[in-house]
Amino acid sequence: MNDMRITERTVQTNQAKITARDVQVYYGDTHAIKDVSVDILDKAVTAFIGPSGCGKSTFLRCLNRMNDTIPICRVEGKILLDGEDIRDVRVDPVQLRAKVGMVFQKPNPFPKSIYDNVAYGPRIHGLVRNKAELDEVVESSLKKAALWNEVKDRLAAPGTGLSGGQQQRLCIARAVATSPEVLLMDEPCSALDPIATAQVEELIDELRANFSVVIVTHSMQQAARVSQKTAFFHLGNLVEYGDTTTIFTNPVDPRTESYISGRIG
Amino acid sequence: MTDLSAAGSSPLGRTRRSILIASPEMKRRNRVEARFKYYGIAAIAVSLAILALMLFIIVRDGTSAFVQAKLTFPVTLDASVLDPKGNGNRDEMAKVTTIGYGKVLTASFLAALQAKGIDLGEASEKDAAAMISKDAPGQLRAQVLADPSLLGKTIEVTVLAGGRIDGYLKGRVTMDTAQRDGNVTPEQLVLADKLIAAGMLAKKLNLQFLTLPDASDQRPEAAGLGVALVGSLYMMLMVAVMCVPVGVAASIYLEEFAPKNRWTDLIEVNIANLAAVPSIVFGILGLAVFINFMEFPQSSSLVGALVISLMTMPTIIIATRSAIKAVPPSIRDAALGVGASRMQTVFHHVLPLAMPGILTGAILGLASALGETAPLLLIGMVAFVDNYPGAPLDGFGDPATALPVQVYSWASRSDPAFIERSNGAIIVLLVFLLIMNVSAILLRRKFERRW
Ligand SMILES: Nc1ncnc2c1ncn2[C@@H]1O[C@H](COP(=O)(O)OP(=O)(O)OP(=O)(O)O)[C@@H](O)[C@H]1O
Ligand SMILES: [Mg+2]
Repeated sequence: MNDMRITERTVQTNQAKITARDVQVYYGDTHAIKDVSVDILDKAVTAFIGPSGCGKSTFLRCLNRMNDTIPICRVEGKILLDGEDIRDVRVDPVQLRAKVGMVFQKPNPFPKSIYDNVAYGPRIHGLVRNKAELDEVVESSLKKAALWNEVKDRLAAPGTGLSGGQQQRLCIARAVATSPEVLLMDEPCSALDPIATAQVEELIDELRANFSVVIVTHSMQQAARVSQKTAFFHLGNLVEYGDTTTIFTNPVDPRTESYISGRIG
Repeated sequence: MTDLSAAGSSPLGRTRRSILIASPEMKRRNRVEARFKYYGIAAIAVSLAILALMLFIIVRDGTSAFVQAKLTFPVTLDASVLDPKGNGNRDEMAKVTTIGYGKVLTASFLAALQAKGIDLGEASEKDAAAMISKDAPGQLRAQVLADPSLLGKTIEVTVLAGGRIDGYLKGRVTMDTAQRDGNVTPEQLVLADKLIAAGMLAKKLNLQFLTLPDASDQRPEAAGLGVALVGSLYMMLMVAVMCVPVGVAASIYLEEFAPKNRWTDLIEVNIANLAAVPSIVFGILGLAVFINFMEFPQSSSLVGALVISLMTMPTIIIATRSAIKAVPPSIRDAALGVGASRMQTVFHHVLPLAMPGILTGAILGLASALGETAPLLLIGMVAFVDNYPGAPLDGFGDPATALPVQVYSWASRSDPAFIERSNGAIIVLLVFLLIMNVSAILLRRKFERRW
């Protein structure tokens, strides 16, 4: 853990973008998320860490109602986006997901061209007026995702023909292209080499200026590098939540300490 | 140094074995694998052999339906017989029936024999005239009515020979069988030999097999697939139009939109059941519902198409659903994740990926519908139809037959000349099925190659 660079950052005291209270998630009879309450700040990066199977992805998927697509999944509790309940009957999950974008754990580009992958969101949401604007959005999104230089000559090539890491960056570009207010990223760097990882981390840091970013990661270093807030999940419970610096230097809960120092996980 | 390592053993206590020598266990596994491979090859060889045998028999017995014994001779179109009023008016000429044309044909044929110096031998003039197909006068009449300027001229015609003469040229009829056959005499066969020598009688390509309507028992040589082809074409059109959109829409709803509950489970089970219902049952249903209750015209391709649609629908639904199921869920997540609606997810991402599977399923469903026979028998499409159905849409209600039904009805006639035509019809049916299956494969390739 020596190479862990915990840089001092000024954490602005923003107001909460997403407020979760007493969230419970059940898959059939399995109680996957227990009593989770957390405030996710605007214009900040929040990291979810914890051992495999502890419910990080599950909780993340609650935030844009992707769990609606799993028939056996049941969510209880309150989740507010800017003070509005996202589970209200009046909320159209489609509209919600345009505001709360997501990058999945496994890269899942559309079997279409690289260009169409990125252009899809802006097209269906009517964010652009003409082809030139669309080209611009595609280019800037691909640049943000650190993919532009690799693909600028073959935008018409299928997105599925890229390497795993390139596919993941394509998915990031696709999510960024719709300019969501919140970006949920489920282990976005797990398939990336250190250089691409650094680029994506840089992107996350940039996104922080305008959006709220939630990132799930298995890399303590990454959590420490990019996030201002960290939440530690264990067996479906939110064990500890606080400033990243505090969590990594001075954790309250013994479970957090053991996990961070590599004793559970 | 322990003595274990000194003996060349691994730390686990197992003796080290060279990977260059297969172990007994490995050899046994390889033997099992090889045996399994041979079973597979044997199974494929057997099925290919059976297929080859079947094709061989059908081609051997059926190709002769595409050639037909034909008589060629000059015919003098005697205006005094064919246009008694002598004014060339088509309506009045139409009053002359095929009997009149028959007389003209007979007279010309006998004259031609005389001109070539062919001796009738022991055959009477009546015998000689009977060698011309009973269908020939009708064809000549149609030709003259279509072009009245032919009147009074002498034209070279090629007309069908009678079914027995055709059989003689194809080896089906011999002097021996002619002795016992009321429809042909040995004298006619002797005469046929002379005509062959004189070049007046020969086997010629007979594409009319594909265009002529069915013919009565006495005229197997004139029986054709025309009505059956039109009927099958109409039915396939209607089935495709009714079945594919409804089936695909139902599958999309069931797969992507329907809540997963007891009702949808029930529907799913019943679709599977419906696919397994014997086709004859659908025939009974069609008879009861479409003909007796709704009073649609009997023997019509419309009713046939409705019945076959009911049968094909479950097949198409099942094929489409499995094609939709095969689309990875991550694609749906991806689309929903960028804020696409369900409808957009389905139409932009799921359907294009499922398209090859859907198309293949639909075409294979249609191909099996094309070969469906039993329900059509029950709704009366086996009836003898010698008039072409009209043009769509009215023609959909006209009586028609279908290819497989024609195969069945010819095969059940007593004259062996119809067996040959039955085999010929099977060849046509198989060619259509082959075309459909190949197009299914090509379409799948085309759509799959995009990514
Ligand atoms: N679709 C599902 N159906 C049933 N159970 C599920 C489903 N998805 C997740 N679970 C269960 O919920 C629990 C939490 O899973 P989740 O995917 O959220 O873990 P995670 O923290 O993201 O793990 P990882 O770090 O390995 O991605 C696990 O016990 C898992 O078995
Ligand atoms: Mg996960």
